[in-house]
Amino acid sequence: MEHMSVLERVVRGVLIALIVLFFLFPIFWIFLMSFQTNEDILRIPPSLFFTPTLSNYSALITGKLVSNAGTLDIAFMKNLWNSVLLSTASVVIALILGVPAAYAFARFKFRLGEDIAFTLLSFRFAPPLLVLLPLSLYFQQLGLTDTYIGLIWVYQLIALPLILWIVRGYFEDLSPDIEYAYRVAGHSWWRTFTRIAIPLAGPGIAAAGLLAFIFCWNNFVFALILASAEKQPVTVGALAFVTASGIQYGQIAAAIALSVAPTLALALYAQRYLVEGLSLGALKG
Amino acid sequence: MTDAAVKHAGAPARRRINYLPYLLSLPALLVCIGILIPFVTAVYYSLQRYRLNLPMMRGFIWFQNYVDFFSDREFWHTVQVSLEYTVLTVGVELVFGLGIAMLLQKQTRINNIVSILLLLPLMTAPAIAALMWKLMTNPNFGVLSYFVQLLGFNNFKWASDPSTALFTVVLVDVWVYTPFIMILLLAGLRSLPTQPFEAAALDGVPRRFVFFRITLPMLTPYIITAALFRMLDSIQQFDIIYPMTQGGPGNTLLVFQVRAYLEFYQYTNVGKSAALLIILWAITYALSNVFIKQWLKLRERARGLA
Repeated sequence: MEHMSVLERVVRGVLIALIVLFFLFPIFWIFLMSFQTNEDILRIPPSLFFTPTLSNYSALITGKLVSNAGTLDIAFMKNLWNSVLLSTASVVIALILGVPAAYAFARFKFRLGEDIAFTLLSFRFAPPLLVLLPLSLYFQQLGLTDTYIGLIWVYQLIALPLILWIVRGYFEDLSPDIEYAYRVAGHSWWRTFTRIAIPLAGPGIAAAGLLAFIFCWNNFVFALILASAEKQPVTVGALAFVTASGIQYGQIAAAIALSVAPTLALALYAQRYLVEGLSLGALKG
Repeated sequence: MTDAAVKHAGAPARRRINYLPYLLSLPALLVCIGILIPFVTAVYYSLQRYRLNLPMMRGFIWFQNYVDFFSDREFWHTVQVSLEYTVLTVGVELVFGLGIAMLLQKQTRINNIVSILLLLPLMTAPAIAALMWKLMTNPNFGVLSYFVQLLGFNNFKWASDPSTALFTVVLVDVWVYTPFIMILLLAGLRSLPTQPFEAAALDGVPRRFVFFRITLPMLTPYIITAALFRMLDSIQQFDIIYPMTQGGPGNTLLVFQVRAYLEFYQYTNVGKSAALLIILWAITYALSNVFIKQWLKLRERARGLA
C-alpha cells in the first residue's frame, strides 16, 4: 500500500480514537455508575474518581432495596434467570428444528423447497407487532399467555430463520462428494448427516447458534407483550425496574450492566464466529 | 426411506418422489405456521370496527379503517416520522459505517482490536441501550447533559424536548447499528480485488478519484444490501423509541409500531391498530423482496469470487 505521511498518521489516529470513544464511552460510563453510590452519581461535575461500592449489585442480588423510604423488592435476578432460560431453550429448539431443515434446503432440490425457505425468511422481516397483537388474544384463549412454552415458541420467529439461512449457506459450501462417498460405503443417510455433514458445518452452526442466542437475549417486544413480571427477561425487566425504582440510579446502572454483560462477554469471546454470522454467511464462502 | 439416495443439484436420478427433504423441513415449517395464523387474523381484524372496550360495536366495515387514515393527520404524521427516522438513521449509519470501514481496512493489530471492540454496541440490546442513553442524558446528573451544558447549550433537553427528541433517538440508533454496516462493508472492502488499486497507485491517480471511480462502484452491492437490511429494521423501529419516550413527547415520535402498540393497549382499538400494521407490513414486504433478490445476487457473486 501507499506510504502515509506523518500528518495522515496523526489524523487517522485521532479519528480512530474518537470512534472508539463514541462507541465505548456509554458502556464504560454505565459500568462505572454501577459501582457508585447515588451521592457520587448526583455530584456535579461528574468525576472519574470515587470510592467504588458493590452495594448496588448486592441490592440486586439479594432482591431487597433498602432506602430511606423503606424496603423495595426487586425481581431483577428472576429476570436474569428468565433471560438465560428463554434464550438457551429457544436456541436449542431452533437448532434441533433448523439444522435438518437447512440441510434439506441445501442438499435437495425439491418442489416447494425454495418457497418454504423464503416463507421462513420473510418472517424475519415482518413487523413483529403484526403477529404479536393478535397472538396475544389467541394466547389468552389457549392459556399460553405468560408461560415459558408460549414465549419459547414465539422466540422461534427470531432464532429459526437466522439458523436456517446461515447454516444452509454453510451446508451449500460443503462439497457433497464426501457425504456421497460415505453413503456409497454403505452407511445410512442419518449416519452420514450426523457423522459427516454436521461436524463439517460445525463452525457455521456455532456462529448461527451464537447469533440466535444474542438476538433472543436482546429481544424486547415479544416479552413486553406476552409476559408478565414473573416471566419477563432482562430487557423488559430493566424498563419496569426503571419505572418502579425511579431514582435509584446506581441500581439501575447495575441492572443494565448485568443485562448486557453476558452478550458482551460472548461477543468478545467468539467474535470471529460472530462476524461471520453477521455477514449472513453471504460474504464469506 | 432407507434407499432415499443422497441427491444434490445435478444428480440425474429421480426415480420417485423423495420424501426426506419434506420430512426434514416440516417441523420447522409447522412451528412457524402456528404463527402465520395470527397474521391472517390481523388482516381480518383490520377490516373490522373492533374495540376491546366496546365489544358490542364490533362489526365488519371492509376498508373503512384504511379509508379513515387518508383524512387522519395523525396517520400522516406517523408516516412522516417513520420515514424521517429511517432516512436519517440509514443515511448517517452508511456514511459513518463506510468511513470507519475504510479507516480500519488495513489488517493491523490496532485495527483488528478496534473492529472487535466496535461489536459491543451492536451486541447491546437496543432497549437496554435506550436506557443507557436515558441515564446519560438525565437532566439532573447525566454526563452528556453536563457536557452539552459546558458547550453552552443551556436548554438542551434531549429526548424530552420535541425539537431534539428525534435527534436523540437517531443518535442511539446510530450508536447501536453503525457497527453492523461497518462489519458488512469491511468484509466487502477486504474482499475486493487489489489489482485496480495497485494500478491506480502506480499511475498516481488522485485518491478522491480512486474512491469515487473504483472503491465506491465496486462496493455498491454491499452498500445496497446493508442499506436495505437496515431500512427494513428502521421503518419498524420500536425497541429504542418505546423505552426512551413511549412515542413522546406528545406525538413527536409515534412511528408505526409505537402508534400501533398504543392504539391497541391504550385506546384498545384493535381494528385501527391492525390496519396500521398491515400498511407497515406492505411497505416492508416490498422492501424485503428487493432485499432478498439483492442479497442472493451478492451471495452468488461472493461464491464466484471464492
